[in-house]
Amino acid sequence: MEKVGAVLIVGAGIGGSQAALDLAESGYKAYLIESTTSIGGVMAQLDKTFPTNDCAICIVSPKLVEAGRHPNIDIKINAVIDSFSGEPGNFTANITEKTLYIDMEKCTGCGVCGQECPVEAIDVFNEGLSLKGATSVKYPQAVPLVFAIDRDYCIGCGICKGVCKAKAIDYDLEDKKSELKVGAVILSLGFDEFEPNNMKHYGYGIYDNVVTSIQFERILSASGPFSGKVLRPSDGSTPSKVAFLHCVGSRDPKFGQEYCSSVCCMYTCKEAVIAKEHMEGLEPTIFSMDIRAYGKDFDKYIERAQNEYGVRYIRSRISSITEIPETKDLKLSYEDEKGRVIQEIYNMVILGVGLNPPKDAKYIAEKFGVELNEYGFINAKPLSPVETSRPGVFVCGACSSPKDIPETVIEASGAAGKVNEILSPVRDTLVTKKEYPNEIDISGKEPRVGVFVCHCGINIGGYVDVPEVMKYARTLPNVVLADMNLYTCSADTQTLIKDKIKEFNINRVIVASCTPRTHEPLFQETIREAGLNRFLFQMTNIRDQCSWVHMHQPEEATEKAKDLVRMAVAKSRINEALETFELKVTPIALIIGGGVAGMTAALNFANQGFQAYIIEKEKQLGGFALKIYETLEGDNIQEFIQDLIKKVNSEEKIQVFLEANIEVIDGYVGNFISTVNYGPNKTSTQLDHGVVLVATGGNEYKPKEYLYGEVPNIITQQELEEKLFTSSEIQKKKSIVMIQCVGSRNDEHPYCSRTCCAEAIKNALNIKKKNPEAEVVILFRDIRTYGFKEKYYRKARENGVLFIRFDKEKPPQISKENENLKVSIESQKMGKITLNSDLIVLSSGIVAPAEGNEVLAKMVKVPLNEDKFFLEAHVKLRPVDFATEGIFLCGTAHGPATISESIAQANSAVSRATTILSKETLLIGGAVSVVDKDICTGCKICVRICPFNAIVKDEEGYAYVQEALCKGCGLCSASCPEKAITTKHFTNEQILSEIYALGGKEVI
Amino acid sequence: MSFEPRILGFLCNWCSYAGADLAGVSRIQYPPNIRVIRVMCSGRVDPEFIFKALKLGIDGVIITGCHPGDCHYIEGNYEAVKKFELVQKLLSKLNMEKRIRLEWVSASEGNRFAEVITDFTNQIKELGPSPLSGKDLDMELMEKLEALEMAAESYRLRALVGRERKITEQENVYGEKYPKEKFDNLFDAAINNEYIRNRILLSLEKNPKSVKDLATQLNIDSKEILNHILVLKGRNQVAMEDIIENQPIYLNVMER
Repeated sequence: MEKVGAVLIVGAGIGGSQAALDLAESGYKAYLIESTTSIGGVMAQLDKTFPTNDCAICIVSPKLVEAGRHPNIDIKINAVIDSFSGEPGNFTANITEKTLYIDMEKCTGCGVCGQECPVEAIDVFNEGLSLKGATSVKYPQAVPLVFAIDRDYCIGCGICKGVCKAKAIDYDLEDKKSELKVGAVILSLGFDEFEPNNMKHYGYGIYDNVVTSIQFERILSASGPFSGKVLRPSDGSTPSKVAFLHCVGSRDPKFGQEYCSSVCCMYTCKEAVIAKEHMEGLEPTIFSMDIRAYGKDFDKYIERAQNEYGVRYIRSRISSITEIPETKDLKLSYEDEKGRVIQEIYNMVILGVGLNPPKDAKYIAEKFGVELNEYGFINAKPLSPVETSRPGVFVCGACSSPKDIPETVIEASGAAGKVNEILSPVRDTLVTKKEYPNEIDISGKEPRVGVFVCHCGINIGGYVDVPEVMKYARTLPNVVLADMNLYTCSADTQTLIKDKIKEFNINRVIVASCTPRTHEPLFQETIREAGLNRFLFQMTNIRDQCSWVHMHQPEEATEKAKDLVRMAVAKSRINEALETFELKVTPIALIIGGGVAGMTAALNFANQGFQAYIIEKEKQLGGFALKIYETLEGDNIQEFIQDLIKKVNSEEKIQVFLEANIEVIDGYVGNFISTVNYGPNKTSTQLDHGVVLVATGGNEYKPKEYLYGEVPNIITQQELEEKLFTSSEIQKKKSIVMIQCVGSRNDEHPYCSRTCCAEAIKNALNIKKKNPEAEVVILFRDIRTYGFKEKYYRKARENGVLFIRFDKEKPPQISKENENLKVSIESQKMGKITLNSDLIVLSSGIVAPAEGNEVLAKMVKVPLNEDKFFLEAHVKLRPVDFATEGIFLCGTAHGPATISESIAQANSAVSRATTILSKETLLIGGAVSVVDKDICTGCKICVRICPFNAIVKDEEGYAYVQEALCKGCGLCSASCPEKAITTKHFTNEQILSEIYALGGKEVI
Repeated sequence: MSFEPRILGFLCNWCSYAGADLAGVSRIQYPPNIRVIRVMCSGRVDPEFIFKALKLGIDGVIITGCHPGDCHYIEGNYEAVKKFELVQKLLSKLNMEKRIRLEWVSASEGNRFAEVITDFTNQIKELGPSPLSGKDLDMELMEKLEALEMAAESYRLRALVGRERKITEQENVYGEKYPKEKFDNLFDAAINNEYIRNRILLSLEKNPKSVKDLATQLNIDSKEILNHILVLKGRNQVAMEDIIENQPIYLNVMER
């Protein structure tokens, strides 16, 4: 049967949007189906994201705008799935786009209809904390920016039609049915938060000042109901004592769900930190059972919250909340670790609600014929984390298990990677190429500068006098328009900028808002759509480097913003249109590391028809997984890894280099040349490739503590697992003590190794299975069985495994008397105790291969984090990309990960890489250096100084820049003794113009 | 009112600019005196930029780049060091070297960025306003600064800076490492000479003078002045105009 080069993506949160963008950039048509009226999902509702405190809307908005404007993405909002049939490669979906009663083509998103609507309806986006018209838009930065009439509330007065200047309102507009032919499906339904209505003991819905964490997220948001001020819903006063409760609806089979919701520990911490930032003097307390900060740099975040922000953690589950009627304060009762019952008064309580399967999961599962798991999530197996029970239908994000944003983004690209495997033969069959209008020739024309100053909600406007800056901009030379916008990055402002460019004949555009590092491409794209060369855009940062860092000095911040705008105008006036050119791509991938991640990636590339090289430093493929026998969930890893190795070895398109190391990687995205030495004789070979995947993995920490290596019956979990599967030695042990966090969460390795809790529980359960009489005690700091792994923690306790918590400062002490081992420990609950043991198992963590990573990082010019794991381009939204184009990462190279997570990351990195490999050519050029031969003396200083060997001598002996290799750093310009080299877009003249503007002079 | 300095910062795009953004995202507060120019690499900062800024009366200039080894352009920050050292050596002649600083700030060091900027701002506050800011400009100082800039812009010093790492850290054309100490001596002498020569040129630009006049004006030994004049004559930058009372009178014949 003929395959179809289109993909149906159900659910347009960050996961669905990322999958759509990847696929659209890899040559497929993507139908992005969304049940509400705009894309962005829960992430758009969040104020900030952990662990970087990035403003959620700031980082997600450019992505949504990109999805909204991508020619290969067709967004269907307010849509439901009616039916689904077919087979992998060729499915048919029938959908209904429910009427908005507003014509999307005509609606400008101006909002007059909403302002004039006499009906007040509940604002779902603001979690019921505010009201809006029956005619409304979901949120200010919504993509697509169209209004909709909510028939549940509309009384049919007809006012909106009367006031709509665009004539977009049409009460007769009917639902639209359509049939979509697609080759594959990705389900990215997201989640619904747990509703604590049945938890009467917490008084949610009864006491005004008990809110959920997602409501609190809206309270914290600058664009939320309280404009980012922390206020009590009961009286609008500012609370001082605020309590956050963990595990509301999670790890709680009685009232909620059995599993752990994975994200609440971090988001409550973030909410506490941000609340404290918004309201000085606030005293946040977090009540938690375990602190599950298992992700990359999460533990550091928790520590910062405690030490720098004074966030108080209490280990306890609140048993009840009662309201004090006069003050509306809340009395919390709990039992502390020593068993004392304590009562405390708080002004406000935030329930850290868990993540439930999406409400429509059952409906969708039935329509698509996919299985749900025992908790009602879409079933995905650990070793095929983005696959459903139905071939051709994939899944990503929180609808298969609770997870955070980066994991969702990883899976989104991972699912796109799997789609690539089946649809690659029909790539590029259904896509539309983005056409830009012809570039307006501005040469010789007087500069006409347009300045757009952003309020960024209150992010800028709350501290910098934006109208003042706008007025000032109008006084600057060549400025023909200065405007201000609530959110300059929003979809409606892009339209406005384009309109203004035409209306005012603008040929230079300036946006004064946030950082060009994230937002410059968006605005460059916008001006291209208006016919201007993208280098005619100039950005100046009045938020990250002004309003946010001078919050207590609004006047000075405003003066600074004015200076920055003046400097930008000065440069903008002499900015020039620059040309780009096409560069051929070598459609081959080089994968560094032949473990699970590297092999999974290689097979995916091969299945798509791309060649792949695997560079493995050991004598055999397999990596870390060779030493793992089973997953916590019971999958046979030895079988899996051998099967994977067999597949790789028999795949023609994959070439494996064992005992190999990379000597040098030259070139750039699309055109790398690497020198690899391999085999026992270190044979050297050169490989051409278009992308690099870093999949270098990690190692088990070799304990230096707890007498490891000195006493034979003190072993690591890995050694225990091997013994459990290959000998009967362990069956004879009577009393086994496991110690967690060995080589993790300490001064040397301050991070959590993520996998050891599950390893310990897996092995403990196995011991119990083989010898139920054996005593197993696990000494831990926090048990971090996130997600569905919680089930096994429960099972271990049910099977009699004893868990005893210790503090970091008071680790267990081991002593040896003859052949007997004694472990003494100080527990909060039980005081000082001593355990006799005949086997001590150390849960040693995962460490990065520091030396190798350092060499490789230098070679490919990518960064490492403090723990020597590779540092991705952006922790939330670019988790498998590097800042340097064409280089990606997956697996434990990124940080400790399970096999399941490594597989998802591998497919994810493949999808990201496919956005390059699937193209015949890439656009290169623009801001590069150029030599003026008339001035060049041929001294060759530039040739030596260029870090990329981009400068050579031409036949006449003059310096010559090979544009494809030039990265525009400008070292040559700054070094040329004769100043014969100009680095475009950062010319001497342009930089000096900024200096002169700051110094008070207009021109040089 | 207390003195609020005007500070110019050059931030490399990859590390320091991101670090400054992180300071913002983390809401770490620092003094609002700095105005930032984003450059792709700290090594892009041409010595000319610093001199131009100081001549405009800007009170301090700070350059921040990636930590050694972290440079997005591999070794651009090492080049930044060399250029910075040149400017620093030149400015020390006017006791202005404390008005400039070079620091490393990574993309993950929002805190450090704020600390560095706070510290530098305080340092400039302690130094007080630039003698070249305000209305009553110290014209003599301005001329000296101009001479320093011209020295920094000279082919000779730029060529030496451009070659320094190659010949002292890697190898010169003979396959040898030129001793760093010897290079420094040569380089320091070159800096000194080029500075004086440019002062001579500036002085002669206003009106022709004899060696004696110049020696008195610049407070430098006549013999040394004569040597410089001979070099400048050799470069066709000065010429003898006349001889008055046994004293040859020189004038500046450079095209500017």
